[in-house]
Amino acid sequence: MELNNSQISKNISESFNGGSIGQTIYVMWLREMKRFLRAKSRLISTLAMPFFFLLTMGFGLNSSFTLPGSPRGVNYLNFLVPSIIGMTMLFTSLFAGISVLWDREFGFLKEIMVAPVKRSAVILGRIAGGITTALIQGILTLIVSFFLGFKILNPFGFILAFVFMILIGGSFIGFGVAIASVMTDTQGFSSIMNLITFPIFLLSGAFFPVSNFPSWLRPFAYINPLTYGIDGLRGSLIGFAQFPLSLSLGILLGVGFLMVALGSYLFSKIEV
Amino acid sequence: MGIIEVKNLTKKFNDLTAVDNISFEVGEGEAFGLLGPNGAGKTTTIKMLTTLLRPTSGEAKICGYDIVAQKDEVRNSIGIVFQEPALDNRLTGRENLDFHARLYGLDKKTRQERIKEVLEMVELEDKADIIVRDYSGGMQRRLEIARGLMHYPKVLFLDEPTLGLDAQTRRRIWDYISELNKREKVTIILTTHYMEEADYLCERVAIIDFGKIVALDTPANLKNILGGDVISIEAIPSDKAFQIFQQISWVKKITKHNGEISLNCEQGEKKIPLLMKLDQKNLSFEIKSVNLRKPTLEDVFLHFTGKTIREAEANQDEKNKKRVRRRMRR
Repeated sequence: MELNNSQISKNISESFNGGSIGQTIYVMWLREMKRFLRAKSRLISTLAMPFFFLLTMGFGLNSSFTLPGSPRGVNYLNFLVPSIIGMTMLFTSLFAGISVLWDREFGFLKEIMVAPVKRSAVILGRIAGGITTALIQGILTLIVSFFLGFKILNPFGFILAFVFMILIGGSFIGFGVAIASVMTDTQGFSSIMNLITFPIFLLSGAFFPVSNFPSWLRPFAYINPLTYGIDGLRGSLIGFAQFPLSLSLGILLGVGFLMVALGSYLFSKIEV
Repeated sequence: MGIIEVKNLTKKFNDLTAVDNISFEVGEGEAFGLLGPNGAGKTTTIKMLTTLLRPTSGEAKICGYDIVAQKDEVRNSIGIVFQEPALDNRLTGRENLDFHARLYGLDKKTRQERIKEVLEMVELEDKADIIVRDYSGGMQRRLEIARGLMHYPKVLFLDEPTLGLDAQTRRRIWDYISELNKREKVTIILTTHYMEEADYLCERVAIIDFGKIVALDTPANLKNILGGDVISIEAIPSDKAFQIFQQISWVKKITKHNGEISLNCEQGEKKIPLLMKLDQKNLSFEIKSVNLRKPTLEDVFLHFTGKTIREAEANQDEKNKKRVRRRMRR
């Protein structure tokens, strides 16, 4: 075996100074995108769940359901679609955050830890990639719902919904990263996912308005960020919301920043 | 000043001292080995030197940079091939290299040239665009060596580089490492529990057991401590035979281990006939079998620690099992 008489020797004294912050964020983002675009089977299964939800619940309960205080014409399908988009965002972004655990399990995290780059840039890039992939899935869910008869109020609403999706994604990815950074084994992973995601989803006013909750249950909905996320999505898309949009926006911005900061901090403290 | 300087490095995990006050120096361009059983503290030492783990106490400098205070400078100067694969299985070989190159700040032109260079170096050019999940173990290891060299590191750390590989692939990897060290003058630090590996590749070897360095020298010097060839004898009764052999003038050193007596002497092949001439009947012992060999690092390990490397690993396994049982009872 012959080693090429290359520039190796004369470059030994040359030194690089590690990836810049921008380069680091970009390459982490790029990695998430590549992995996402290659896992086509997971994409299909992620879309299947909301699709079937909408199909069965939306059509099944349509005629029998009336929302208290809603203008005429808001049928249950229209009520439900933003909830389902919110659900998609919740699951995909939480999963994206927790996937930091996989890297830990499979050793790739060491390669990242040992590189001369800022850990904050690493996790920001990863979060950006996770938000992008969650966003793609959320938008695909929206497109699927168009085929089922969903109609949005106006194009501006679409842009606003976009913003809400990003904020929901960011909040739960940050949360997922925070959890993954303090968990040391993947065994508890599935139990955590179930323990966390279902209460968050069920107590968010996704299936019926918060005002229909019994009074002892309502506080849980009020402290749940997803409640405001789904309400904001609904307000943007069909014009019907229980809380003022500015309130939902503000709360999500705050929670989003907090979660991303928490996740970044805990991630930078990991020792492999 | 060595390219690596380690002073009183210690790592404690709660009640366990994994690395116990070790010190050593490695010169530029050297191939240095840490030899010891699993659980001896080799990987923990490497993790500290590669800035993955904070030491409990002590210090170390790599290329003059402190491993705690100047982490990024250290990271820029070193390349690492870990014990477990640290590749992204869903990306191709080339993408893994590109990822690494960007993280280390290589500009576009250098990236493209360098990727091509390292792929040729480890003979993976035609496999570069296959997803790493489809690589064999040997291919993955070669890719990781290529990746470790991407940014022209001054020191390359290899943690058990041929663990789990077949003999042929192991030979090939030894050749790469040898070439890297001799021709390209990359300082190599490797850990292993294979004594042939340490013997073949390393200029100097530190033998490590229970977190301590018990010996440090060239393989040749270490073996010379044992004083020449080793004659292994099975005799009954072994105590009687031991007594008799002990008194022979040309026996430099004698030990008994698991019923086998080992004699160290010069020119063992000439001494065996002398042994057989002993009047066994009168001296009431019987030689059952005789074996002659040149000393290996395994003998050196035995000499310094009182056990073979395999026995040391079995002990460590027992200790680990006990610790797990204790934890489960809580």
